[in-house]
Amino acid sequence: MIDVRGFVLKLVRPLDPALLSILAAIMGATYLVMLSASPERMSAHIVNVTVSLLVMWLVASQQPQRLQNLALPLYILGVLLLIAVALFGDVSKGARRWLNLGFVRIQPSELLKIAMPLMLAWYFQKREGALKVRDFLFAVVLLAIPVGLIIKQPDLGTAILVLGAGFFVIFFAGLSWWLIAPVAAVGVVAVAGVIFYQSQICAPEVAWPGLHDYQKHRVCMLLDPSSDPRGKGFHTIQSTIAVGSGGLLGKGWRNGTQTHLDFLPERHTDFILAVISEEFGLAGVMCLLILYCLLIGRGLLIATNASTMFSRLLAGSITMIFFTYAFVNMGMVSGILPVVGVPLPMVSYGGTSLLTLCLGVGMLMSVKQQRRRVAR
Amino acid sequence: MDLKAPEQQLSRFRARVAAAGVFVLIGFGLVVARFVYLQVVRYEYYATRAEENRISLVPIAPNRGLIMDRNGLVLARNYSAYTLEITPSKVRNLEDTIDELSTMIEILPKDRKRFKKLLEESKNFESLPIRTRLSDVEVARFIAQRYRFPGVDIKARLFRQYPFTEFAAHALGYIGRINQKEMARIEDDEELAANYRGTEHIGKTGLEQSYEKELHGVTGFEQIEVDASGRAVRSLARTPPVPGNNLQLTIDAELQRIAEEAFGNRRGSLVAIEPGSGGVLALVSTPRFDPNLFVDGITPDNWDVLNTSLDKPMVNRALNGAYPPGSTFKPFMALGALVTGKRAAHVAISDPGYFVFGNNTFRDDKVGGHGMVDMIKSIVVSCDTYYYTLANEMGIDLIAEFMGKLGFGSRTGIDIEGESIGVLPSQAWKKKRFKKPEQQKWYAGETISIGIGQGYNAYTPIQLAHATATLAAGGVMFRPHIVKYVIDAQTGAKRVIEPVPIANLGFKPEHLDVIRKGMVGVNTGGTGARAFAGVKYEVAGKTGTAQVYSLKGAKYKESEVHERMRDHALYIAYAPADKPRIALAVLVENGGFGAAAAAPIARQVLDYYLMGIKPKGAVTDDVEAEE
Repeated sequence: MIDVRGFVLKLVRPLDPALLSILAAIMGATYLVMLSASPERMSAHIVNVTVSLLVMWLVASQQPQRLQNLALPLYILGVLLLIAVALFGDVSKGARRWLNLGFVRIQPSELLKIAMPLMLAWYFQKREGALKVRDFLFAVVLLAIPVGLIIKQPDLGTAILVLGAGFFVIFFAGLSWWLIAPVAAVGVVAVAGVIFYQSQICAPEVAWPGLHDYQKHRVCMLLDPSSDPRGKGFHTIQSTIAVGSGGLLGKGWRNGTQTHLDFLPERHTDFILAVISEEFGLAGVMCLLILYCLLIGRGLLIATNASTMFSRLLAGSITMIFFTYAFVNMGMVSGILPVVGVPLPMVSYGGTSLLTLCLGVGMLMSVKQQRRRVAR
Repeated sequence: MDLKAPEQQLSRFRARVAAAGVFVLIGFGLVVARFVYLQVVRYEYYATRAEENRISLVPIAPNRGLIMDRNGLVLARNYSAYTLEITPSKVRNLEDTIDELSTMIEILPKDRKRFKKLLEESKNFESLPIRTRLSDVEVARFIAQRYRFPGVDIKARLFRQYPFTEFAAHALGYIGRINQKEMARIEDDEELAANYRGTEHIGKTGLEQSYEKELHGVTGFEQIEVDASGRAVRSLARTPPVPGNNLQLTIDAELQRIAEEAFGNRRGSLVAIEPGSGGVLALVSTPRFDPNLFVDGITPDNWDVLNTSLDKPMVNRALNGAYPPGSTFKPFMALGALVTGKRAAHVAISDPGYFVFGNNTFRDDKVGGHGMVDMIKSIVVSCDTYYYTLANEMGIDLIAEFMGKLGFGSRTGIDIEGESIGVLPSQAWKKKRFKKPEQQKWYAGETISIGIGQGYNAYTPIQLAHATATLAAGGVMFRPHIVKYVIDAQTGAKRVIEPVPIANLGFKPEHLDVIRKGMVGVNTGGTGARAFAGVKYEVAGKTGTAQVYSLKGAKYKESEVHERMRDHALYIAYAPADKPRIALAVLVENGGFGAAAAAPIARQVLDYYLMGIKPKGAVTDDVEAEE
């Protein structure tokens, strides 16, 4: 007789029930939102979810050791592909992001979201116990190469996410506060300066060193969306209207006027949070935020309890990727951050980002498994 | 290596995780603050913005009121037709688009020219007609190809039509597309601006202009839910438009037609008024023009023809032509003499055929004079000497005061805008009129020719008809008006434009009697006798012939000069003399003798109005007639 129970148990063993339930809650909610925002994409979305969950399960069943072994090759592959993009990539909408491999078009920058924390965690694991300032500098270089290549594409959104992922590895590895504080201070001063001198630096004849014109426009539009309501400011204006008009409890499922009358751009992808805000109000947004907090909390707990430095750093940084995603997207939708093309994690439609994120969750589960195995 | 190292490392890591946790909370805290701000604090504002986004108020232009004659014959109406319209701001290359459209739909050079003119006068986001009155076939052809022409569309619109073309054109006026100046005026008034959203035409002249308020109606609105591209999704609410009021005129179309046709191709004007009410029975100005040309925007070619014509068809001579009244002034002078007590009716003067004043000799038409002339005879034979002396005795200011009361030199108040005031000469007028001190002084010699309706005298035909009507009504003066009723298009309720007596001049019956006898004599044995031979009713009238002094700025053309130097022919009358039902003034520019050119026109009008007799054709000059 086949031991069905045993087989199922074996199948689900790698899965963390807590993470799984949070994920189920988020994806269930997403299902509802997608039905409203873009019902015609429902079947594609279900395929994406299924594939992503399978990948998650696959990764969760692996030993972290195995992931550790993949770190260097993946990183090298990723950087090589990025170089290839820079040399032979396809240009679409003014950016060189895609690489045509003949049978499939891929976006190598996506790979770096996972490869980057893997690589850095692997590096710090290797240097465990003998960490010097020099190692941190080297880590920064490892981080700067792909981030620089991605910024050059240009793809600010992905660059921020890769930078965030890498930064959090370095941060968790124990980068001195004395180094973090000045950088943070410079950042705050820069942002404040931009806001204060908005009218001068946003003048059309002023070029921003190192940034593309469209990036400058995004920032300027954020500071004053009304300066170009029909053009670049349109996204931000319509999105804030959708959010604000949702009020406390929202207009009701499928009753969002901004959503359903096409005022809201990208309503099933980057701006899906505006749909949630409009139809379910502040209450809906808070529910989603709570789920993210639970996810992040669970992730950080797994990181804390992880048995090796590699898995700690990996789990910690991957958890913080979720935060980066969520924070940037929410800021973007509510008009406090520029529109940089970062999706709402697990919710926005799109196979690639969903796959990446589920891969991350799979890694968290894998790390958790390792702890259990070690404990046993 | 220190055994404690891993432990230390772990606690350090935990501190970092705690820091990360705080970081997450701060970050999400910021997000929550922002969402609370947007969704709670600023909720009202964004809710309104979302509604504004979604709901579009689409104006529904009301049907313009009809204009009918006193018997209900429709003189201005609306018809619905398809137009091909272009919104220039949505079209990439205007010329190419029009070229391509013209392969499917006939677009003539004149259409292009008109479109160009409209384009210059309009703002870019308006939709402007390139072709009007499309046939069904053309509509179908375009619909099939519509996707190729963003910014081009077919619209069903109401058009104004004047079915009798040139008929009563000056009285009716015309509508045309709202120009920028009118738009600025409309937008100054918030209520008006709201009511004109969706309206493209406005009355430009005549009744169409004066009664714009009544004719326009109230614009309706439809609340439409629109998507981001402005496409209508569904209708939410609708306030129907209230159609404009119809106008029923005092004008009798048949009378008007007879009067217009009586002029033939001569230039001039006729105004007929009902003495007891001020109702205008006919208002003629020739040459006429076709108001239909203006409705869709007149083509530059048509405009050039109308505008540069020496005959000035666009001028409403009845209201804006100022002419010396000539001898038609005499009955009023005579009445003035009686009323002011300056000369009694029975007092006769001896007329040697001239009057000497200072160094000047003023001649009478009749060589040798009329002999002994009393007041009645002075009117019947149109004795100039009588009035030279009378004017001299009365003095300019007394004449001006009396004539001013009769409405000479001031607007009659007729319900068509833009009436001219003419010139009622007086010492005060001259002082105002001229700048140099030596020109400002009034010379007593200037008064003499005023008495026979010459000199500085210049009055509009409506003023002359108005004064005649006042005379006919025994001094009771009514404000002349063309609209009899304003009719609610929905309920049919009529609002009467009340005949308003402006004044009662209180003429004594015995004075009026003298004047009437004189004026009746004109047509029985005087200057108008030939024109009114065999008439079946009693007519009180007076002929007049006014000298034309100058070419008034017209270009010197030899062939034209002779004709245009000729005298203006005038005639005033009221009938029946004892119980007047109609008073009129006729002017034929350069018509020569009033008795020959103007009186026969009056005869045709009176014959029809009083007897129902229709004329056989236009009046031809009675060459035998003499002043």
